[in-house]
Amino acid sequence: MTYTTIYSTVVGLEVHVQLLTRTKLFCGCVNRFNPTQPNVQTCPVCLGLPGSLPVMNRHAFELALKTGLALNCKIPKLTKWDRKQYYYPDLPKGYQISQYDLPFSSEGWLDIVIEGQASRTRRIGIIRAHLEEDAGKNFHDESGRGGESLVDLNRAGTPLLEIVTKPDINTPAEAHAFLDELKLLLTYLEVSDCNMQEGSLRCDANVNLHIAVNSGTVATPIVEIKNLNSFRGVEQAIEYESRRQFDVWKETGKKLGEVSKETRGWDAERGVTFGQRGKEEASDYRYFPDPDLVPVTIEDSWREQIRAGLIEFPAAKRQRFETAHHLSHYDASVIVAQGRSFADYFERVVAACGDAKQAANWLTQDVLREMKERQLAIETFPISADVLGALLQRIVARKVTVNSGRIVFAALMERSTGSQPAGVEAVDAIIGEKGLAITSGADELAPIIDAVLAANAKIVADVKGGKQQAIGALIGQVMKQTKGADPQVVREILQNRIAAL
Amino acid sequence: MTARLTRDDVAKVALLGRLKLSADELERMTSQLARVLEYVDILNEVDTEPVEPLAHPVELANVFRDDVEQACLQREDALANAPKTDGRFFVVPAILDGNN
Amino acid sequence: MSILEATASQLLDAIASGTSSAVEVTTAFLNQIERHDSTIGAFLHVDRVGALKQAAFVDEKRRTGKPLGKLAGLPIAIKDVVCTRELPTTCGSRILEKFLPPYDAEIIRRLRDADAVILGKTNMDEFAMGSSTENSAFQVTRNPWDPSRTPGGSSGGSAAAVAAGMAPLAIGSDTGGSIRQPAAFCGVVGMKPTYGRVSRYGLVAFASSLDQLGPFASDVAGAASLLEVMAGHDPRDSTSVDRPVPEYSRTLEQPLSGLRIGLAGEHFAEGLDPEVASAVRAAADVYRSLGATIVDVTLPHSKYGVAAYYLIAPSEAASNLARYDGVHYGHRAAKFDGLIDMYATSRGEGFGPEVKRRIMLGNYALSAGYYDAYYLKALKVRRLIRNDFDRAFEACDVLLSPVTPTPAFKVGELVDDPLAMYLSDIYTLGANLAGLPGISLPGGFSKSGLPIGIQLLGPPFAEETLLRAARMFERETPWHTKRPTLQVAS
Repeated sequence: MTYTTIYSTVVGLEVHVQLLTRTKLFCGCVNRFNPTQPNVQTCPVCLGLPGSLPVMNRHAFELALKTGLALNCKIPKLTKWDRKQYYYPDLPKGYQISQYDLPFSSEGWLDIVIEGQASRTRRIGIIRAHLEEDAGKNFHDESGRGGESLVDLNRAGTPLLEIVTKPDINTPAEAHAFLDELKLLLTYLEVSDCNMQEGSLRCDANVNLHIAVNSGTVATPIVEIKNLNSFRGVEQAIEYESRRQFDVWKETGKKLGEVSKETRGWDAERGVTFGQRGKEEASDYRYFPDPDLVPVTIEDSWREQIRAGLIEFPAAKRQRFETAHHLSHYDASVIVAQGRSFADYFERVVAACGDAKQAANWLTQDVLREMKERQLAIETFPISADVLGALLQRIVARKVTVNSGRIVFAALMERSTGSQPAGVEAVDAIIGEKGLAITSGADELAPIIDAVLAANAKIVADVKGGKQQAIGALIGQVMKQTKGADPQVVREILQNRIAAL
Repeated sequence: MTARLTRDDVAKVALLGRLKLSADELERMTSQLARVLEYVDILNEVDTEPVEPLAHPVELANVFRDDVEQACLQREDALANAPKTDGRFFVVPAILDGNN
Repeated sequence: MSILEATASQLLDAIASGTSSAVEVTTAFLNQIERHDSTIGAFLHVDRVGALKQAAFVDEKRRTGKPLGKLAGLPIAIKDVVCTRELPTTCGSRILEKFLPPYDAEIIRRLRDADAVILGKTNMDEFAMGSSTENSAFQVTRNPWDPSRTPGGSSGGSAAAVAAGMAPLAIGSDTGGSIRQPAAFCGVVGMKPTYGRVSRYGLVAFASSLDQLGPFASDVAGAASLLEVMAGHDPRDSTSVDRPVPEYSRTLEQPLSGLRIGLAGEHFAEGLDPEVASAVRAAADVYRSLGATIVDVTLPHSKYGVAAYYLIAPSEAASNLARYDGVHYGHRAAKFDGLIDMYATSRGEGFGPEVKRRIMLGNYALSAGYYDAYYLKALKVRRLIRNDFDRAFEACDVLLSPVTPTPAFKVGELVDDPLAMYLSDIYTLGANLAGLPGISLPGGFSKSGLPIGIQLLGPPFAEETLLRAARMFERETPWHTKRPTLQVAS
């Protein structure tokens, strides 16, 4: 007997993203991922030395505002900074500067699309987003002594955005889709590069179940899952945890509120969540306003200035590609998902050749393939959008066939790997060199067609007699001799000539 | 609202502040803190219902700095006052409960 | 001119004109320290070599005709709560006994720019918590007027250094009266500027919304000159106010006509020593004789000041002192069992009893369930106290009040009664809660020969008014010219 239909999974995500600022949140130390040289990116402020004081990074705050607006949040008139106090070796001041009761944004949402046989959209609520400083990193000493840990404070003070969703996510796929869309949005906005491997995006999942019972619904205790290290891992962890919680509930019947919130870690190798050693005591963070910092007032004019400067969001771009460029939902999604530069590249190609469908095919197949095989980014792709656009324009204008176009494309890739990328003039040059121009003029074709008709009297008779397919052989012979005639045109001329015989 | 301050309360707060107190200190601390807390009860005489708290005596807002790099400390200087280092990291007793 | 008896202004002139060399001046003060500090105990660290080097540098500048900074050649003692790159900075605590900051505080940078000579670091109550300097982990500082008595605190070392002629100028910090009270006990001038007037970058924090650095001097002019160099906006301190600094020394001699002096009835309540009360009333008479008007004002919430202060300050302190955990700097215990025990033992060993008391009080006031009733409540009362002052300053230009309820008390007298010690801050902490400037100046002597200070308080950024008003009083009275007779160390 399967129980899959009698419970639903309830998931809220807590995501931390590091901001793409040059410097840390409260000091001028460089904000750079540096795992190999510990403790070289610190100063009295981020070391928490006696007498040091924090000063807020304006750019970090503006990136935060951008994000709040992009997540459809309410932006308050006043926001402030609070100290969250606890002891940990990677937290040099013994408190983290964060935001408690007046965060800079709240009550927003992000729409996501879950692809599948039947794609569906969901609106995931955002409870709040706030700014805080990151802690340093702790390492366990591998040297075998075992009794010590090592602390690197390079990361201490890095600006973080904490984004908390409502418990609106109901499936592992939705969680993955949310993270995908959030990452896409934040990379488009150049707020963060959301790289889970480098730690610029971290995610914890709060999971529980709503189980249908005779008398109504029962909620299981919430479990917080930490140590998730990939979007796929988030999916798998939620999947595993749902089943585990159901098993536990069947056994113990414990409900939400009856036990305190549990923290479990995700073991990616074994594919399980495991209980973590309990914290020494439930933390009393003793939040209070940081007396070393002053509040931020956000005038309407500032907020609207930031809003006006926002670039087109991925969701809007996908929509526009579907309606204005008539791309399929799939093609639009693929192109947008590759990032802003790729989408911009696509649009420049469209502008040059006038055929969005053609452009979409080439981008999603040929260009992406080359990028993957050669490990290239679109920003440094050897063929510029103008050059590709020119090539596609030749195809659209029926100056060369699509297949010939591929030959030109390959040649352009070769020629552009030197120090100078090939220019638009190279397109016609290669077409000329390789004789790829479609011979479609009736004058040019006439002698060739005459010759083929004359040499294939039997086939001509078959065609005249009603065997239409036989014309294919004649077309083939003409094509062989013209190196790139338009087969449609050849077929037409042959049909007309044969009919006239 | 005078909370009768017990030794247990004081022990809990000592842990919160990571302070190891001897039995004598704990005893003395309990009575001294109780006296002070009793004294500060005087604030309940004041009607503060309509009053906004004054967290900062100078009412500034929007103090920012530009996102411009400043020189970092050399590692030797950053580690110079550390009780224990291996030349690269700060070294502390093993952290056991969960990970970062 | 006797170097040790000269005022800061006289020394500045002598050095600038070449009458005395900076080295001569610095040597004189270093020798005075040598002669008397074993009895007084004002200094934790004397930087003989560094000071003479700086002095020689100033002399060289003068010789080669280069422009001299505003405090060129003046020796200055620095309270050990200020980060100085080359010198130990202990805050009077075992937990920072070996701490050497890798950076200079902003005011130290300004002093160096002004060509001042830094003599050394002075003794203080541990982390600035105390009113007698008895909470120092290292030594007791004695009042130069009576070695059986305290110099006050927490900036007792700086005040005693100036009083004993060991430095013409000194720097202290004031969170609840820690400059003004020792100034009164030691018979010197001490000033707390408006909150935000002087940068706190490099000032080891006790209570961030109350702390301010300020000058000690033997006369008002000295305080004015030093304040002028210290004050000003610092982009590294978010609470620093961007407002031009007037040339305090230039306007100092101009009396204020039509000056309205406020006297608050609440400041003459029970517990005020009658000799202190009469010194303040005598000061009022002096002002009257100069044409000032005395106005009765009221500060109805002043009796709640101590309670509000002793919730707010310890709360901020508990948070500011959380960083002393033996991980990145400071004392780490030799024996412990695991990480949490390392924290607790290191802090238990490194902090003295008063600091521990305040950390406990602070964490209690901020803890879950108590925040509203204690910390938040105190912040609301704070606003009422500030409103009282705002209203009072509509009726007067400066407030005249006692600094302390009594003259200097004996060493050991209040050490076992924390609450009594706290209550002695009653006249000074109001200005910290409200963020207002205040100056303590010599106002007389008790029958037993102990200095009595009088205090002038002003509205925000009224330092110039305060200094000019103080100078008016100083010109008419002899108190600032008196010097203690120091016992020579045997």
